[in-house]
Amino acid sequence: MSAAGEQEHAPKAGERVVVAMSGGVDSSLAAAMAVEHGCEAIGVTMQLAGSSSRCCSLADADDARRVADDLGVRFFVANYADQFRKEVIETFADDYLAGRTPIPCVACNKRFKFDHLLERAKVFGAERVATGHYARIDRDPQTGRLRLLRARDRHKDQSYFLFQLDQDQLERAWFPLGDMTKDQVRERARGLGLVTAEKPESQEICFVPDGRYADVVEQVRPEARERGGDLVDVEGRVLGQHPGVHHFTIGQRHGLGIATGRKLYVSHIDPETRRVTVGDASGLETPEARVDRVHWVAGLPPAGPVRAVVQVRHRHAGALARLDVLPGRSVRVVFEENVRAVAPGQAAVFFDADDPDVVLGGGWIARSPSPGSGAAR
Amino acid sequence: MRIYLDHNATTPLREEVVDAMVAVLRNEFGNPSSTHAEGATARRRVEDARAEVAALLGVTPDEVFFTGGATESNNAVLHGVLTADHDPHADAPPRVVISEVEHPSVLEPCQILEDAGRARVSRIAVDTDGRIDRDALRGALALPDTALVSLVWANNETGVVLPMAEIASDAAAAGVPLHVDATQGVGKIPIDLREVQADFLSCSAHKLGGPKGTGALVVRAGRSLPPLLAGGPQERRRRGGTENVAGIVGLGVACRLAREELEERGRRYSALRDRLWSGMQKRIPDLRRNGAPESVLPNTLNVEICGAPGEVILQALDLEGVAASAGAACHSGAISPSHVLTAMGRTPEQARSALRLSVGHGVDEAQVDHAVSLLAELAERARKMEAS
Repeated sequence: MSAAGEQEHAPKAGERVVVAMSGGVDSSLAAAMAVEHGCEAIGVTMQLAGSSSRCCSLADADDARRVADDLGVRFFVANYADQFRKEVIETFADDYLAGRTPIPCVACNKRFKFDHLLERAKVFGAERVATGHYARIDRDPQTGRLRLLRARDRHKDQSYFLFQLDQDQLERAWFPLGDMTKDQVRERARGLGLVTAEKPESQEICFVPDGRYADVVEQVRPEARERGGDLVDVEGRVLGQHPGVHHFTIGQRHGLGIATGRKLYVSHIDPETRRVTVGDASGLETPEARVDRVHWVAGLPPAGPVRAVVQVRHRHAGALARLDVLPGRSVRVVFEENVRAVAPGQAAVFFDADDPDVVLGGGWIARSPSPGSGAAR
Repeated sequence: MRIYLDHNATTPLREEVVDAMVAVLRNEFGNPSSTHAEGATARRRVEDARAEVAALLGVTPDEVFFTGGATESNNAVLHGVLTADHDPHADAPPRVVISEVEHPSVLEPCQILEDAGRARVSRIAVDTDGRIDRDALRGALALPDTALVSLVWANNETGVVLPMAEIASDAAAAGVPLHVDATQGVGKIPIDLREVQADFLSCSAHKLGGPKGTGALVVRAGRSLPPLLAGGPQERRRRGGTENVAGIVGLGVACRLAREELEERGRRYSALRDRLWSGMQKRIPDLRRNGAPESVLPNTLNVEICGAPGEVILQALDLEGVAASAGAACHSGAISPSHVLTAMGRTPEQARSALRLSVGHGVDEAQVDHAVSLLAELAERARKMEAS
């Protein structure tokens, strides 16, 4: 957890290091720091969203190239548009159609920033990949295993998106910004004269323009347009119609298309019957959740039940819970106090209750039984 | 020490070219349109260069017009012929016949003309070796509305050379003017319009050791085009604007060197290219050569390293000091499947695994051997990457 631990994890001077450069200020500074560190940095912009015909106008790639040129490092654009469409965008659409609320950034980080880029780095003769992620890596003095930790700047922390990294990937990853605040990053970028120093943050999911999720789903899966259904209350009374389950997420209050005096929230989405259940805020409270396809950063699950801080979406402070490890890579999360709006399809990330900077692992929130039906799925 | 195997993209300026251009830039600043001594000197340089271009291409100097490069020349012919031929009262616009494997500087003007309703476009298919379908071509030439046929003499990506003399006979028999985009062939193979009855020819200086931004357009006697640029008496009123004297001089010297060295270049380039190919065959399993080997440019090897993405190999090669290309890359440098290879029946996946290696002035055997070793190593790494 110490800065010394992070230093130990840094590549050796002179080592060839691939830097994932998005064209933003964070990865620009990561590249600059790799150069300062004495590495032979190679900038790579991953072309992810957008068809291959649009690639010639990617302004962000041009920014990254400009920074790389100014730093005197080699730079390439890597075309992953087809894989990204298949592995990320189509999965995103299918998740929405299956009544889930996907978080594509997790798969994108794992598959692209690490799996794919690390493989490319090997061809380049580079063992290490540096990124502008706000997260830290150190070695557990007891077990000797690498740990993934929250960034020093808790507001910028991105460890939630990185919980799927394995030991080999952590070995090869380098997060030079992990100990810095965003303000420090901008200040250093300014000091170094990086052209991206003042570039605004990108908050949205990169392939969803203006937060129009449903449009993306319908573009990828046009049949989604014909999949309207009933909007019902918790007793099953039909309140109105909706244009498709992909327009909804658990806890959503706006865009329900019905006018009542009460505040109503989406509490359940059933893709089979296409019923979307709405109710008051109390219907959103959950005492527990099942989490599937769990990955443990250390490489193996804990021996018995553990107490953890569980983060159920990106902007969630985390809630104390007990983790019961179930057979088949699943975990039952029993919250100490009810948690609101736990959405199937989001990632649940587990942090060590005793050392809440440490990511233990995480997985995908499973769908809960339908109200009234009792049928688990 | 870099190894440059991308001479089809551009090739270094020859020393003689640089010297001649620098002498002009330094000492002879005159405007060729001026009648005083300074102007006369500049004019003489331009006319000497014109004679060199004409001598290389087997035409007369008054058939040579200087342009800003082959893209301009191609655009000028396509727009010029098709616009001049367009009778606004006719039922249908004139037809232009091209192939599916043209350079973008032909494909895109044709697309623009087609979209604007100013031309119909017949795109002739090629076979899996890149050879044009001669029957389909003859069929299109025979159509009554065909006003122009425009074909790439030597393909920039695969190096496939069309049997242009025979095609020219077909075009002449059909009474259709022929435009040849000879950009990639000039300086590498004999391009002689005494033997090929083409009506228009486009080429660029920088593909044969001359400077970028200069090219030529040949308009044979008896053919005409509207002015490329209106606004002055230059180039016999065909292209207004003060001439790029230094660039034109550079093109002239490059053409003279090409004429003197053509046979020797053919021998030397094909020996290097063949060494590259046989070295790769020995060291790398599962290769597929793109383009009929008996009719490609002597300097070009387009090869698919099956199951290995070309993009990553090219980037890794570059890091190790070797410049090559995939033939088609967009501005960002990311590689999308080549339209030439997909026209030859390759899947997008196969097309993505293609490399274009092109030798030229300055390449030697030791460089080729070093490149082969690197390619063998990187092909193995890239295949491992793809399999993971």
